[in-house]
Amino acid sequence: MIVEIGHYALVLAFALALVQSVVPIWGSKTRDASLMAMAVPGALGQFLFVAIAAASLIYAHVQSDFSVVNVVENSHSLKPLLYKITGVWGNHEGSMLLWVFILALFGALVALFGRNLPRTLKANVLAVQAWIASAFYLFILMTSNPFQRVWPAPMEGNDLNPVLQDIGLAIHPPLLYLGYVGFSISFSFAIAALIEGRIDAAWARWVRPWSLAAWIFLTLGIAMGSYWAYYELGWGGWWFWDPVENASFMPWLAGTALLHSAIVMEKRDALKVWTILLAILAFSLSLLGTFLVRSGVLTSVHAFATDPARGVFILAILVIFIGGSLSLFAWRAAGLTAGGLFAPISREGALVFNNLFLTVSCAVVLVGTLYPLLFEVVTGSKITVGPPFFNLVFGIFISVLLVAVPLGPMLAWKRGDLIGATQRLWGAAAIAIVTLLLVWWPMAAAILPSLGVGVAVWVMAGSVVEVAHRVKLFSLPLATSLRRALGMPRSSWGMAIAHFGLGMTVLGVVAESSWNQERILVMKPGDSVQIAQYDLRLDGILHRNGPNYTENASHFSVLQGGVVVTSMEPTRRQYQARRMGTSETAISTFWFSQLYLALGEADPSGGSAVRIYWKPLVTLIWLGAIVMALGGLMSLADRRLRIGAPVPAAKSDARRRGQLTPVAAE
Amino acid sequence: MTRKQRRLTLILTAGIVIAAAGALVLYGLTDKIVFFNSPSDVAAHHPLPGSRIRLGGLVEVGSVVRDSDAKVSFAVTDNSNKVPVVFVGILPDLFREGQGVVAEGTFETNGVFKAETVLAKHDERYMPKEVADALKKSGQWKGEATTGK
Repeated sequence: MIVEIGHYALVLAFALALVQSVVPIWGSKTRDASLMAMAVPGALGQFLFVAIAAASLIYAHVQSDFSVVNVVENSHSLKPLLYKITGVWGNHEGSMLLWVFILALFGALVALFGRNLPRTLKANVLAVQAWIASAFYLFILMTSNPFQRVWPAPMEGNDLNPVLQDIGLAIHPPLLYLGYVGFSISFSFAIAALIEGRIDAAWARWVRPWSLAAWIFLTLGIAMGSYWAYYELGWGGWWFWDPVENASFMPWLAGTALLHSAIVMEKRDALKVWTILLAILAFSLSLLGTFLVRSGVLTSVHAFATDPARGVFILAILVIFIGGSLSLFAWRAAGLTAGGLFAPISREGALVFNNLFLTVSCAVVLVGTLYPLLFEVVTGSKITVGPPFFNLVFGIFISVLLVAVPLGPMLAWKRGDLIGATQRLWGAAAIAIVTLLLVWWPMAAAILPSLGVGVAVWVMAGSVVEVAHRVKLFSLPLATSLRRALGMPRSSWGMAIAHFGLGMTVLGVVAESSWNQERILVMKPGDSVQIAQYDLRLDGILHRNGPNYTENASHFSVLQGGVVVTSMEPTRRQYQARRMGTSETAISTFWFSQLYLALGEADPSGGSAVRIYWKPLVTLIWLGAIVMALGGLMSLADRRLRIGAPVPAAKSDARRRGQLTPVAAE
Repeated sequence: MTRKQRRLTLILTAGIVIAAAGALVLYGLTDKIVFFNSPSDVAAHHPLPGSRIRLGGLVEVGSVVRDSDAKVSFAVTDNSNKVPVVFVGILPDLFREGQGVVAEGTFETNGVFKAETVLAKHDERYMPKEVADALKKSGQWKGEATTGK
């Protein structure tokens, strides 16, 4: 009964979304306030209904109701409660339900917090949001119904894929979807602006917090996915340039570009058309990602089950939304006038540079990801475009951008002074060069990794110097500097923190990929092996029973200079329901570096194959991403960007807004 | 600078970056791609030793031999041809005889394929798409399992 209520609620949400797709937009055309006002209860109602649908599916999973196909295929009565819940989105149908749940959540948030949005803009934004929602409700109801029953009901379920029985499944998909789907808001704002033919700096102020929020979630979601793959798959890799990883990385690149161009639009009323285009692209790439993952056209860890009907349906959604929005853009964008002027060497120029390199890098990833599909269609041969391609081409462009990161914030708006900016950064440059030489010469490292470390340190030091410069550290008394630091806008702090985090990630990437060590061997109890400055001793193998699996754990002692510093216990599990084995890795963190152990199959001679890695500074990769997200959060907390904040009354701002009479195109 | 000159600077810079990107991408896509081969493709074309390929098919039943030093040898077959493979390392959890597998690596001069990575399917419902297609092509497809449900 509860399952049927969930199904019915989803149908109601679809019906409501259809109404919300039409009525508010009609209201904005006819200037009918009551029609426009329908959007708010519509969005809230949709959220309520989807929440009911999601809750009832979770209920079915928790109760192990094996009369529901989705539960039979992905659950097991002995599965721990946490995985019963997370298993709801560990499959195609459930993950699509999570997708629309988050979409409805964002719609409801706009409805709730968009109180001071102009009425027509709000109505149009929520209507566009409802178009997206309608398409995906229809997709779920037609091709991926999670509420389907089966008769007769089996006694036991097939269990969830053991690889997914991990805390990562509780965190990674929801974060990633919050990011993906979050960009639907900036998309809806962009489309609404094109429909109205009107856009101004205030628009950018409304869009930026939403894009920022989506970007924060996407950053964390990608980092979490990367860490999950790292510890779960047992290969020690954290990024494979797998099509599905690329699918999440492309919206991130476009979204990062969007964040930066929205700054120019907000502060200087320039780059309007470009910002709109980026808002469309960021969400289009999210849709493309959904298509790549869900259609199964590309082989990947994430392809749950492939069904051509679904692929075609999502492709249709993709074509309609991307094609439609880009056509609307081509038709209407010309009506938006260009804004403030700036010299090529200026803060705006630097942000354009950022956008140019981010979008080109994004295009490189896009081409590399889709090329195998194209190649197969044209030649019939199957190819893979993997790390050798991406590391080279993407690496070159992102390196150029990284070198430029500290310079941008040092340039003044409108007309900057590159020589002056470089001079102010001498401290950062000195630190970077000294580190480079210290890595290169005494450690006899190769030149390319040393340069990489230099660039990473340059980015980190650059953001510190930037803050020091702003608060006039050392040129004013310390107390004054401290007061200036406290008074610095949170968005400036956010930028400095996020750039610092970027440097950390780069440092982790360079150090791990250049200096990791690997040992693969067969070990028997009593055997020892040395890696980096540690000795690992296999003490013994224990047999244990878990709730829905049995496991063999190998107990290792880690010794440094003959003293035991820690112990590690990688295991091999056998899950009964799917008769499937998994290897659970053991990881020990020493400062920012990690020792990593994974077990292979038992050897006929009584030993077991072990893979041991030493991964220097590897944790910086993810810590850097967390710091980036914190920077974003800091920026989001800025008074100016607070969602629903009253229009600031600062003098300069008012003057600028005065100049900025809406550029009507109608 | 006038508005026109500024715009020109921007367009020129963008043009140069995009052209560089295009050139690099074209280079990368001719030089850095890896072809997928089934055992029958290998029998027909004989890839050069040292060139990087992906080899996909089924792990031949009874062919897996584990050495004492983490070295595994097995044969990949599409039921009409087969290729001997050696791999040093830890096989994925779902690596099994009779199941689909994709190995990436190079041929040695003696015709043995030295795999650097081995991917198995991630789930018992799922077979690597390349393998399923290759099996369909060689007429060995039994029509089970790939589409899941």
